[in-house]
Amino acid sequence: MSFVDRNQENLLSKIATGNGHGENSPYFDGWKAFENDPFHASENPRGVIQMGLAENQLCFDLIQDWTKKNPKASICTPDGVDAFRDIAIFQDYHGLPEFRNAVAKFMTKVRGNRVRFDPNRIVMSGGATGAHETIVFCLANPGEAFLVPTPYYPGFDRDLRWRTGVQLLPVVCESSNNFKVTRKALEAAYESAQEANIRVKGLLLTNPSNPLGTVLDRETLRSIVSFINEKNIHLVSDEIYAATVFSEPGFVSISEIIEEEIICNRDLIHIVYSLSKDMGFPGFRVGIIYSYNDAVVHCSRKMSSFGLVSSQTQHLIASMLSDDEFVDRFIAESAKRLGKRHEVFTQGLDQVGIGYLKSNAGLFLWMDLHHLLKEQTFEAEMELWRVIINEVKLNVSPGSSFHCSEPGWFRVCFANMDDSTMDLALTRIVTFALQSKEVRIQRKKCWASNRLRLSFSKRRMDDIMMAQSLLSPHSPIPQSPLVRART
Amino acid sequence: MKMLSRKASCDSHGQDSSYFLGWQEYEKNPYHEVQNPNGIIQMGLAENQLSFDLLESWLASNTDALGLKRNGRSVFRELALFQDYHGFPAFKNELVEFMAKLRGYKVAFDPNKLVLMAGSTSANEILMFCLAEPGEAFLLPTPYYPGFDRDLKWRTGVEIVPIHCSSSNDFRITACALEEAYQRAQKLNLKVKGVLVTNPSNPLGSTLNRDELNHLIDFAIKKEVHIISDEIYSGTVFDSPSFISITEAVMEKHVDHETDLLGRIHIVYSLSKDLGLPGFRVGMIYSNNETVVAAATKMSSFGLVSSQTQFLLSNMLSDKKFTSKYIKENQRRLKKRKDMLVSGLRSAGIGCAKSNAGLFCWVDMRYLLRSDTFEAEKELWKRILFEVGLNISPGSSCHCSEPGWFRVCFANMSQETLKVAIRRIEVFAESSSSASGRENLSHQRSVRNSRRSLSKWVFPISSYNDHEPADR
Repeated sequence: MSFVDRNQENLLSKIATGNGHGENSPYFDGWKAFENDPFHASENPRGVIQMGLAENQLCFDLIQDWTKKNPKASICTPDGVDAFRDIAIFQDYHGLPEFRNAVAKFMTKVRGNRVRFDPNRIVMSGGATGAHETIVFCLANPGEAFLVPTPYYPGFDRDLRWRTGVQLLPVVCESSNNFKVTRKALEAAYESAQEANIRVKGLLLTNPSNPLGTVLDRETLRSIVSFINEKNIHLVSDEIYAATVFSEPGFVSISEIIEEEIICNRDLIHIVYSLSKDMGFPGFRVGIIYSYNDAVVHCSRKMSSFGLVSSQTQHLIASMLSDDEFVDRFIAESAKRLGKRHEVFTQGLDQVGIGYLKSNAGLFLWMDLHHLLKEQTFEAEMELWRVIINEVKLNVSPGSSFHCSEPGWFRVCFANMDDSTMDLALTRIVTFALQSKEVRIQRKKCWASNRLRLSFSKRRMDDIMMAQSLLSPHSPIPQSPLVRART
Repeated sequence: MKMLSRKASCDSHGQDSSYFLGWQEYEKNPYHEVQNPNGIIQMGLAENQLSFDLLESWLASNTDALGLKRNGRSVFRELALFQDYHGFPAFKNELVEFMAKLRGYKVAFDPNKLVLMAGSTSANEILMFCLAEPGEAFLLPTPYYPGFDRDLKWRTGVEIVPIHCSSSNDFRITACALEEAYQRAQKLNLKVKGVLVTNPSNPLGSTLNRDELNHLIDFAIKKEVHIISDEIYSGTVFDSPSFISITEAVMEKHVDHETDLLGRIHIVYSLSKDLGLPGFRVGMIYSNNETVVAAATKMSSFGLVSSQTQFLLSNMLSDKKFTSKYIKENQRRLKKRKDMLVSGLRSAGIGCAKSNAGLFCWVDMRYLLRSDTFEAEKELWKRILFEVGLNISPGSSCHCSEPGWFRVCFANMSQETLKVAIRRIEVFAESSSSASGRENLSHQRSVRNSRRSLSKWVFPISSYNDHEPADR
């Protein structure tokens, strides 16, 4: 609902009547298209496949198996109901001690035991969404700003700005160097802020990156630490995808960098975490703030009253994450399955020469479709995006909604569906690409690599041939209008 | 440059107030029947611990909800992924039904106007973000729940202007007091956006009567402001008069719809008090204003209710036989417990405000003050905390305009612990009157009695010495 009458505007706050919630962005439009015509294997096989949702659905079998074997973890089972009363009453914003211990241990394991986390610094929040807002409330006043490297998760516009009044200023990263966060870009962003008389309070990183699916290397991280110390600004490292790293190079957390021989004021360092991506539990709303700054721990803990984790959920998570054997197995298996899914997806794209950023983490791929644009503009990107949603029937997220500085990039999620849906989605993409006269079947055209690699499975080629043969006036996947326009 | 925000560095979170200090002292030295019989008894926590057995026995006979199953099929995966801020539809349907039941079905609620969030703490803050700009104000009748200072003001920048209520008329909200508060706000250059009331009242433990509700409605129409009715204790009404919700009051007044009043009425609710489940963080806003519902729904992203919890409770609330039985039995136990405390206080020569709801009594200890000042109240509170070993809440922390009143909770402990607490109060009251060398206790009481009618005092029907095996 975008129309709000004058009367409502006088009656309600600007926050309530304005667009600061950011939901008028195209990131959310795709969701709406999906909701109107959602794919279902048997009931709606021609529906829109959701590839705009960064969810991890690959390991539920492991978790369900664990919950069956551990009935005590639920306060509702006959085995666990003894704990019901104490848990139902527990609203202490420190959180259950066993919950904090288990989360600290999990965070440690995800970083290969290279650093230790102190359970007393673990603060709960309503998901990472709540964590981001809370940390900004603690660190910045209305009108002040945080720097964020582009492209970045669209939800930040709402989470960090809406009710806090804080601004987000982009640190522009470019495809020419794989969207690396350079010192030069950081300095440029900081200077622009100075010139505009905007006080910068901090830098927000997402590592591993959403939407890029890449990790920050040690050198970049050290450079960032030196930058924030020099400017005396905070560093918030959103490490929500930490356990989704499935291949080399490995994940280096900010927590590891500050243990090195490096000058760093620890009061500037804060980590945001959540179980929504690594474990696949977005519904349970388990957000975490981990700060090395005592005052921030205390303040954010008081603020956590506005979004505590349900004690029922704390109890379940405490139990699950204390099971060392299960956790070790889960982390390894989850990474393996994500890696496999990534491989299947990228191999399919390779065969039709669709470019993408080489990645080793996350639940998505940063796809390069700039060669399919009518012209190198964001309007053309929007046009292409509408075609992909309405005709190819895939909900993907346009790069402009991530504030990418160059048109033609799309984030495509691959971990929120089963194998057969993945295959179908790939078939649709491949077919669409083949239709476009701009695309020729090339050898692997991976964005960052110059090495050529001949690798396609026979099965993949069969699928592509099958897809071609489906092309008919009655095909569910009509010719792309882009192609038609040129003939 | 200041490294943290102003919000982080200030004390608007209100946690330096005595309300929270008492908690801290209790935590250092908590009473335990066996392990620490001389410890501090917590009577500052408005929790309902009287009816867990009823919930536990429901759980014991409902295996599907237990194993996160629906018709034997696991719904774990579905729940783990469910993060839609519109909430679990089945849960919202059950909640509106439950809310209607608590109001004797005199009003009906639409689940599409209900927004879920993590506790009423979050709900109240969200309403402030939606209804007021920083620097604008809401009027609140005193005494009020100390947590409002944090929930309504801290991160929102909204101000609270108190509506002064007095013991001379049982702290009832008058049209005069409303107007006086409004004028005071004007003088302070604060734009008033609405009134927030807690009904049943915390800390008074009484329901608002029709006159008060009508004064509120007239005020809201005249000044074109909002009414927020925090009805978190609506299920704890254990005695007459019966609860009148703001919605019912508005309907009965046959308010002219052109005044747009309905779009300015918002209800806050939670399951923390009525069902005794504060740990589960289930709060909600009910509003007739579409824009508020839309904005609040988006804001709930900062604190959604865990899907696991939504599932469990939607199952529980769908058992209508259970909810009816629970409501009734819970209210019966609350009344019994209240009567026990009131009668115990009375035998110590201490009176309470008349109450018919809530998890606490509003206790009159004015005659125990050295002087009619808040300093004396603080002194008395400290003595009660450290010498008597009871953490109770001083009226000043609730912004009461008269010193000497205390909120004493009775539903967050076992019956035995309450008896211990009452004995300690009796001993203290006796020693206070003899040690101070003042005129004896009974003369004090009769002097005060003559100033007000006897109907203001509570005469319990049964003594707390009755032993009923079902009681906890």
